[in-house]
Amino acid sequence: MTQCHKAALAFVIPSLLAFVVTGCGGKEKPTDVVLVTHDSFVISDDVQAEFEETSGFGLQILQSGDAGELVSKALLTAGNPQGDVLFGVDNNLLSRALDGDLFEPYESRLLDQVEEGYLLDPDYRVTPIDHGEVCLNYDKEWFSDREIQPPQSLDDLTDPRLEGLLVVENPATSTPGLAFLLATVAHYGEPGWQDFWRRLRENDALVVDGWEEAYNVRFSGAAGEGDHPIVVSYASSPPAEVIFATPRPEEAPSAVVRDSCFRQIEFAGVLRGARNEEGARRLVDFLLDERFQEDIPLSMFVFPVNRAAELPPAFEKFAVVPESPLELSPDEIGANRDRWVKEWTRIVLR
Amino acid sequence: MSARVWRALTYGVPIAFLALFFAYPLASILERGLGSGEDLASSLDVLTDQLTRDVVWFTLWQAVVSTALTIAVGLPASYVLGRYTFRGRSVALAAVTVPFVLPTVVVALAFLAVLPEGLERGWAAILIAHVFFNVAVVVRVVGTFWAGLDPRVSEAAATLGAGPVRSLREVTLPLLAPALAAAASIVFLFSFTSFGIVLILGGPRYSTLETEIYNQAVRIFDLRAAAILALVQLVFVALAIWAATRLEQRLAAGGQRRQERDVLRPFRTRTEKAIATGSLGLLALLVGVPLAVLIERSLAVGNGYSLEAYRTLGRSTDALLATPWEAVVNSLVYAAVAAAIAAVVGGLAAFAVAGSRHGGTRLLDGLLMIPLGASAVMLGFGFVIAFDTAPIDFRSSPWIVPVVQALVAIPFVVRIVVPTLRAIDDRQREAAAVLGASPGRVRREIDLPVAGRALGVAAGFAFAISLGEFGATVFLARPDSPTLPVAIFRFLSRPGELNAGQAYALAVILMAVVAVSVFSIERIRALRTGWS
Repeated sequence: MTQCHKAALAFVIPSLLAFVVTGCGGKEKPTDVVLVTHDSFVISDDVQAEFEETSGFGLQILQSGDAGELVSKALLTAGNPQGDVLFGVDNNLLSRALDGDLFEPYESRLLDQVEEGYLLDPDYRVTPIDHGEVCLNYDKEWFSDREIQPPQSLDDLTDPRLEGLLVVENPATSTPGLAFLLATVAHYGEPGWQDFWRRLRENDALVVDGWEEAYNVRFSGAAGEGDHPIVVSYASSPPAEVIFATPRPEEAPSAVVRDSCFRQIEFAGVLRGARNEEGARRLVDFLLDERFQEDIPLSMFVFPVNRAAELPPAFEKFAVVPESPLELSPDEIGANRDRWVKEWTRIVLR
Repeated sequence: MSARVWRALTYGVPIAFLALFFAYPLASILERGLGSGEDLASSLDVLTDQLTRDVVWFTLWQAVVSTALTIAVGLPASYVLGRYTFRGRSVALAAVTVPFVLPTVVVALAFLAVLPEGLERGWAAILIAHVFFNVAVVVRVVGTFWAGLDPRVSEAAATLGAGPVRSLREVTLPLLAPALAAAASIVFLFSFTSFGIVLILGGPRYSTLETEIYNQAVRIFDLRAAAILALVQLVFVALAIWAATRLEQRLAAGGQRRQERDVLRPFRTRTEKAIATGSLGLLALLVGVPLAVLIERSLAVGNGYSLEAYRTLGRSTDALLATPWEAVVNSLVYAAVAAAIAAVVGGLAAFAVAGSRHGGTRLLDGLLMIPLGASAVMLGFGFVIAFDTAPIDFRSSPWIVPVVQALVAIPFVVRIVVPTLRAIDDRQREAAAVLGASPGRVRREIDLPVAGRALGVAAGFAFAISLGEFGATVFLARPDSPTLPVAIFRFLSRPGELNAGQAYALAVILMAVVAVSVFSIERIRALRTGWS
């Protein structure tokens, strides 16, 4: 055997062994609790440290694409999950997750600090953690420069005055896009929403696939130099424009159209088959705890559900929490979502 | 080492690797998909659906046209880099490799900014972006091979009165054919299974099989439809690979392989220099403009320019569970491990493939290509359900990332090494054997020095691919150690000017890391092969 061959073997054998060894977890009492979540999940270091101190469990975080991918993967591994707690299933996907029997019921004692309206599952299989609203945003300067009245409602979007100004995301590929489609269904009902989209198409609305392109490239009121002053984004986007700008401006460059908002609620649940069930419950409690809840706005740009949690100043000042956002029940969404998206595709894209 | 042990290694290791980390997970998810649902007939509707037929047709023609365009753009540059030595040659080779490893999301956004109104979306944008991405494959695979072609053959043709065009057509191109077929098949597979580019630049009206599989599996969670589409995709991919390997076999002309240092020479005439400047200039324009836009974006802050986005990279950020710098380090470590795995597995496979020409080796050659054309979505899902029980529950082990990256890099290692090995004159081996060298010694003293050079290039390429690999890794559940492309993607998904700036800054760092690593490999290679 030559030197070269030996070197090759010296590499191959340990690496193969390493695969097997890392796979062989022990059967002792788990010291870690594993959170499976989407890519947008963020937790501050000190908040994570606090959970680990008070609970005695290490926190491991597994991230796996967006919410849709997260739920699809959880469904694939139902009963033999990759972690103990899942965070990030929203009301748009809730019925699919519940039908797939992903969760073990758990009623956190902290739920008494949460508004009734966020509790969508009476069996406590999932616990609400945060809510965010998908709303139309507009570029304030664009409209004031031209002395045009910015949109006030969904109806305004079909006004020829605002022709070619709107950029929306494809509901088949984008979460805010889907939320906006659901907003139109909630507002106009069937078959009203189909007519609305036909008129929107005639009014030359631009459809793109993802929020990144819509907001960062096409929208004129954010980092990019797009030429569309109206975009489907979040109620928390205006404060984000203030917080992440250097130097910080006095006021947000964009504003939200209140009547266009659709509510998204994100839930967490103890996964059926969790290896560390005790740790999982402690984690769900912690996600509802004021400490984590107050961390949410600046880390994930959504709002806490715990009423005791205080909002950071920039949020108090620039964020809009619509009082009566548009909503649809998870069951209604679950039963019709795929059909609505298909019809939308036919009406708007074909 | 006896011939039998060597043969067992060269076949066994690649096959085992492929079986365990590719075939097994993919088969698991396909079986799960096909076995779910009520009746097969209704699921087969997806095949007769007009939408599906449109998708298949679009996928196919855009891949064919992208391949042809990429070859057309890459060939002149391959000629210059495969024939001449000049100042900045390694820099040019490194620069052309950069686009290939950039995450598609970043490139797509750069193209949206660069392309003129009306062209920035739709099939034309897709084709241009595919050429931008894949031209490195042509330049590296064909250029490296060209640099080993004995120039005396075409010189002889010239002496006998053939003009440059005739000499190119009748002498050089036939000799280059195996490398061309290899490059074309890789470009075709990448374009055929293109995901991010089609998603963003195609706009919502264009979709390929891969985006449709994603839609079915992830959005609608119709695993059966996804499995059927994935099978359709696999059939096309297998056909393409079969055709390409046959073509390569048929075309593999002997020809004397030479050391690069004996082949490359400085420009002799002004015409040569002008041709070189022209071909490299065209390439520089295509590759350089979008890259320049990325750099510009990374420096733009408010209405002016500053290094703000770079300065903040060391800080922990809300977009990631690590600092951006840690993502840079993670990427380097993963890529090094992946490149090592790919060099070992792919190197062994290359010896098997080049060693004989019977049907078995052709099959191995083709099988190793399939991961390039398989659905990344389905493979990611497959990993989740295939490795879920002890002792191999490493669904979330950090090892999963370099293994998947290696899967994508192995075919390149094989593609780059095999043509070189095959072109070794058999008479050299026979002569050594006649002089009493054992088969092991022949390998050591004839095959390995020649293969070593190609293997070095291949490992560098594998490293670069793994650095930027995004498609497959993004579908795996990852522990909290993001790679650079994943970090870039996260920054882009968040509002705020600084986040966008940091995304572009990281993209520029990724570009720099790739350029530097490819450049160093070129230098080391030059030293080893004795330029001085």
